[in-house]
Amino acid sequence: MITIQHAVKTYKGSDEPALKSVSLQVDRGEFVFLVGASGSGKSTLMRMVLREDVPTTGSIHVLGEDLINLASRRVPIFRRRLGVVFQDFRLLPQKNVYENVAYSSKVIGKPRAFIETAVPDVLSLVGLSEKAKRMPSELSGGEQQRVAVARAIVNKPDILLADEPTGNLDPKTSGEIMDLLQRINLGGTTVLMATHDRGIVDRLQKRVIELKNGEIIRDEVAAGYRDVNTGEMPKSEEF
Amino acid sequence: MKVLFALSESWAGIRSNVSMVISIVLVTFISLSFVGIAALLQLQINEMKNYWYDRAQVAVYMCTDVSPAAACPTGEASEAEKAAVDAQLQSTVLAPYIDQYYFETHEEAYEKFSEEFADSSVASYVTPEQLNEAFWVNLINPEQSAIITESFSGAAGVEQVRDQRGYLDSIFSFLNAGSITAAAVAGVMLASALLLISTTIRLSAFSRRREIAIMRLVGASNFSIRFPFVLEGVIAATLGAVVSAVAVYAAVEFLVQDFLAVRLPFTSFVGAQQALTVVPWLILGGVILSALASSVAIRRYLKV
Ligand SMILES: Nc1ncnc2c1ncn2[C@@H]1O[C@H](COP(=O)(O)OP(=O)(O)O)[C@@H](O)[C@H]1O
Ligand SMILES: [Mg+2]
Repeated sequence: MITIQHAVKTYKGSDEPALKSVSLQVDRGEFVFLVGASGSGKSTLMRMVLREDVPTTGSIHVLGEDLINLASRRVPIFRRRLGVVFQDFRLLPQKNVYENVAYSSKVIGKPRAFIETAVPDVLSLVGLSEKAKRMPSELSGGEQQRVAVARAIVNKPDILLADEPTGNLDPKTSGEIMDLLQRINLGGTTVLMATHDRGIVDRLQKRVIELKNGEIIRDEVAAGYRDVNTGEMPKSEEF
Repeated sequence: MKVLFALSESWAGIRSNVSMVISIVLVTFISLSFVGIAALLQLQINEMKNYWYDRAQVAVYMCTDVSPAAACPTGEASEAEKAAVDAQLQSTVLAPYIDQYYFETHEEAYEKFSEEFADSSVASYVTPEQLNEAFWVNLINPEQSAIITESFSGAAGVEQVRDQRGYLDSIFSFLNAGSITAAAVAGVMLASALLLISTTIRLSAFSRRREIAIMRLVGASNFSIRFPFVLEGVIAATLGAVVSAVAVYAAVEFLVQDFLAVRLPFTSFVGAQQALTVVPWLILGGVILSALASSVAIRRYLKV
């Protein structure tokens, strides 16, 4: 699904690479947490997977595509097979919930019949059927993030990328979003989620890839957010 | 990408950018109107050339007693001198170039003069003898008047040879200068229209950067991201082009045909037919130029 080998990313104008020889493989249907302190390179790695940027050296293959050699006119078609969620929701403020979700289908030219069944389906999956006509400003943060998740999955992507999706939410709402992501994962979608929310990682016991200064220092299945140096499981703050 | 969706996106852009869009409409309207004026002046020159060149004659003016002594040292042209000119016009050298010619006597010249100046008192000071007798020559090809001029200039009893086209040429160069001026103004205005379109499109793209970012994330094609912006520029410029088309047509119909042509009946003017040949080019030009300007602008602003 995702294969990255010796990926190095050095941003223009900085000497220290944001990623230093990162290699990893994620298989179909996996749920992976990408953890690490702020600035450790989580978002950079996500951007590589989404082909918003390419590694300076090394290779990256996603969904069978060699992203370094992918022709730029094929990038949009590639991105249709991925869904993305961000910390700041990124909804269109002048469109209501239904329109926000339908927008991502309309933009890629899905037929009206598809949109008219897929959008209500996905809104009911995220529990927002009742609020389809609401504007984003009339929703709580958790609801807005559910709209963003609905938008990310309405075109039935193979991979869902979530970059700190609970970063702006309180623990209870975060839990709801995590339940939603797990349900989406159970439906067969590969989920790659960047976070530094210790409580969530500890509770779910999924595969954890930990980055530090642009290097993978840990890659474990069914793990928590433990400190790799002491080997101790620190006490969760939220749970 | 559905056309309807692209249209609704463009409409959203136009609504959020009304004043800029109005300025595009106005600037394209003005610039294309100047293009139209330049084109119509050229058509007017052609129209007058067609009309007048066939009618233009070369006049061989014979000497009178009041002619300047330099050209006519012996005063009034003699019968022999007139016969010589007549014979030369019929000669095998000149005849092939001449369609027809006729001789105008003092009395005929006076009649024509009195008609032209019927309202004025000058007619009462002029006597038939003061007006030149003349051979009026219609050439087969009016451009070849030099043959007549060269044959008779300085001939005995000939005061002057004059090609009527000479008068027309000064009118034409006046009209031509007007046409070039209009074209120059049109060029400057078109340049500002193009710059305005690209600035507006960039502003529009900037004000919709959230949508663009989301479109890119969900995998909208470059074409479908750019198309609404290009369409926005094209719609605005087309509105301006249509207004200029209407203005150019109305100017020909009401200013030229209903006003000028009525007051200056002796010549022909451009009419609805010429206006209708210019107008589609104005609209087509507006569409093509705005499409180019906005697609270049958006292409440079939005990279994948
Ligand atoms: N567009 C960019 N240009 C230059 N440097 C960047 C850019 N984006 C991120 N970085 C740098 O790369 C490093 C990793 O950042 P990031 O991937 O955003 O980390 P994280 O998401 O884990 O907080 C940081 O040092 C950051 O300053
Ligand atoms: Mg980040």
